[in-house]
Amino acid sequence: MMKRKPLFLYSLLCSLLWACVLAPSLSLAAEQATVAKQPWSFRGIFGSFDKASLRRGYEVYDQVCASCHSLRFLHYRDLETLGYSRAQIAALAARLEVEDGPNDEGEMFSRAALPSDRFVAPFANDEAARTANLGALPPDLSLIVAQLAGKGGADFIYALLTGYSEPPESFELTPGLSYNKVFKGNAIAMPAPLFEDMIAYSDGEKASVERMARDVAQFLAWASDPSLEQRKRIGLRVVIFLTLFFVVAFLYKRRVWARVR
Amino acid sequence: MSKNPPPLFRNPVVRWLDERLPLFSMLRKEYIDYPTPRNVNYFWSFGAIATLMLLLMIATGLMLAMQYTPHVDMAFSSVQRIMRDVNYGWLLRTIHMNGASMFFFAVYIHLYRGMYYGSYKKPRELLWILGVLIFLLMMATAFTGYVLPWGQMSYWAATVITNLFSAIPWIGEDIVQFLWGGFSVDNPTLNRFFVLHFLLPFVIVAVVVLHVAALHVPGSNNPDGIEVKSKRDTLPFHPYITSKDSLALIVFGIGYAVIVFYAPNYLNHPDNAIPANPLSTPEHIVPEWYFLPFYAILRAIPNKLLGVIALFGGVAILFFLPFLDRSKVRSCRYRPLYRWFLWLFVVDAVFLGWLGSKPAEEPYILWARLATAYYFGFFLVITPVLGIVERPRPLPVSISEPVLKTASRPRAS
Repeated sequence: MMKRKPLFLYSLLCSLLWACVLAPSLSLAAEQATVAKQPWSFRGIFGSFDKASLRRGYEVYDQVCASCHSLRFLHYRDLETLGYSRAQIAALAARLEVEDGPNDEGEMFSRAALPSDRFVAPFANDEAARTANLGALPPDLSLIVAQLAGKGGADFIYALLTGYSEPPESFELTPGLSYNKVFKGNAIAMPAPLFEDMIAYSDGEKASVERMARDVAQFLAWASDPSLEQRKRIGLRVVIFLTLFFVVAFLYKRRVWARVR
Repeated sequence: MSKNPPPLFRNPVVRWLDERLPLFSMLRKEYIDYPTPRNVNYFWSFGAIATLMLLLMIATGLMLAMQYTPHVDMAFSSVQRIMRDVNYGWLLRTIHMNGASMFFFAVYIHLYRGMYYGSYKKPRELLWILGVLIFLLMMATAFTGYVLPWGQMSYWAATVITNLFSAIPWIGEDIVQFLWGGFSVDNPTLNRFFVLHFLLPFVIVAVVVLHVAALHVPGSNNPDGIEVKSKRDTLPFHPYITSKDSLALIVFGIGYAVIVFYAPNYLNHPDNAIPANPLSTPEHIVPEWYFLPFYAILRAIPNKLLGVIALFGGVAILFFLPFLDRSKVRSCRYRPLYRWFLWLFVVDAVFLGWLGSKPAEEPYILWARLATAYYFGFFLVITPVLGIVERPRPLPVSISEPVLKTASRPRAS
């Protein structure tokens, strides 16, 4: 049918080009240094997260990032996806305190966090966060990879965390800011967060800056899009089903139309 | 309906019901026996695709509405709850969110098919007008729906679009406050947008029923744009058109599935993953791709009021197309000149869309002005003038003649 009706094909191509190529290009913001693509295991049709890397990424978040950045859309129970047992999760949560209440006497009280609690934020509110960070607000990281999708997502996180260096001679750095080759304007309020061997990975992996950056970027990619694996798994089945259905429908249509041609 | 002999239903329950309320006869007449021109091509499948998209949007939307909270403090996190905690909530939402794009994609092709084959011409003017009304309602529904997740783009799109009404002289400011339910886009705005977003799809369903009813009076147009002359020209809707539409629907579904499962945020602006913040304006406020051509028209005109008139005029002018086109020949197959101007119109619309995604600066503004001039020139000058001066190619004698090509009968052209 396509051969006989090129018109159909042209307009389809036109619209597809529009929908897929031109429209999304608008979200590509100007970047500083180029953000290199990393070989993430969660890329591609069959992609899935590297569980060991996710657990290490959680350790980096927990021991480094969490002192300033909240992760408010995640619950401790979500860590089960990373391979932690319920007892481990309960223990991880119990290290932190949350305010609860009021109790029977009308008083608010503190208790240990439960797996059903959201990740405890480091600051009570944005104002407290700004005050503690020289006026800069450390963003919540729950959706950071989705928010940075136009700049490279997890690739950008990795490039940012490994992109700190001394500023070039010619660069005038505002006091209190740090030089980063991928951040907009090359001056970022967050000081370089990662240093060689600053944490001890529980699986014994060596905590190089690149290793930690890669692990935490993957962890944040998971935090932004926790349904990725299930989505790709179902998607494959749906596409295979529809393709088989197409073959059946095609044979049926040809048989029906054979009567009139 | 009453003229037809009552069709035989063997099932006694069906027969009992049908004698009292002829639902089955009606469905049989409109969706099984309905005589369709035998030469319709795959462009004609997009009406069915759009109908099913509407139903899918309503089905997924209903389930999302059961979990969503229309409050400025909770809307964003309730969407995150759907994405993270509700069983298959991520699936419902990605189907719904990308469904809007797929729906518009189908409707744009459907609309363009109507233009290319002259489906808006007598006796189908009202059918076309109802269709444009559906398009308009879809735009309102899509816009109100886009505001609901209460991300940065949601909030700022709501601000920009509602502010358009402030261009109306004298009463503009009052209208905007009336739309907002306050002095800025705030909780009352979000709450009413949710109500409207819930209501409008059912209004669309009602207009779709009228649209289909108006279609089934004169019957479908066809690629030759000529009237059905005999029974030889048509085929019953089922199984011929249903089998063809199914095929188109499955191909469409595969494309849709690939987006939903492998690129669910591809058509989304990343800024909408940031919760709405009235104190921080995004660098570029851009609407969804399906509004971009109209956005470019708005920004092409330096005067705010005239820009808003042009924006709405860009849609409203479609209502008048049946009366602007004076040509008696429907199909562009037999209109050698108009065809090229119509293709240029498509290129122009896509170009306008691309310009709409660009910042409002030179050279884009100049290009947008030229493209806007062609957009309106096409409807107001080219279409009426070509209707008079163009010499159409000779039309075939009947639909079945070119289809059932026989060696003995010479072709009309």
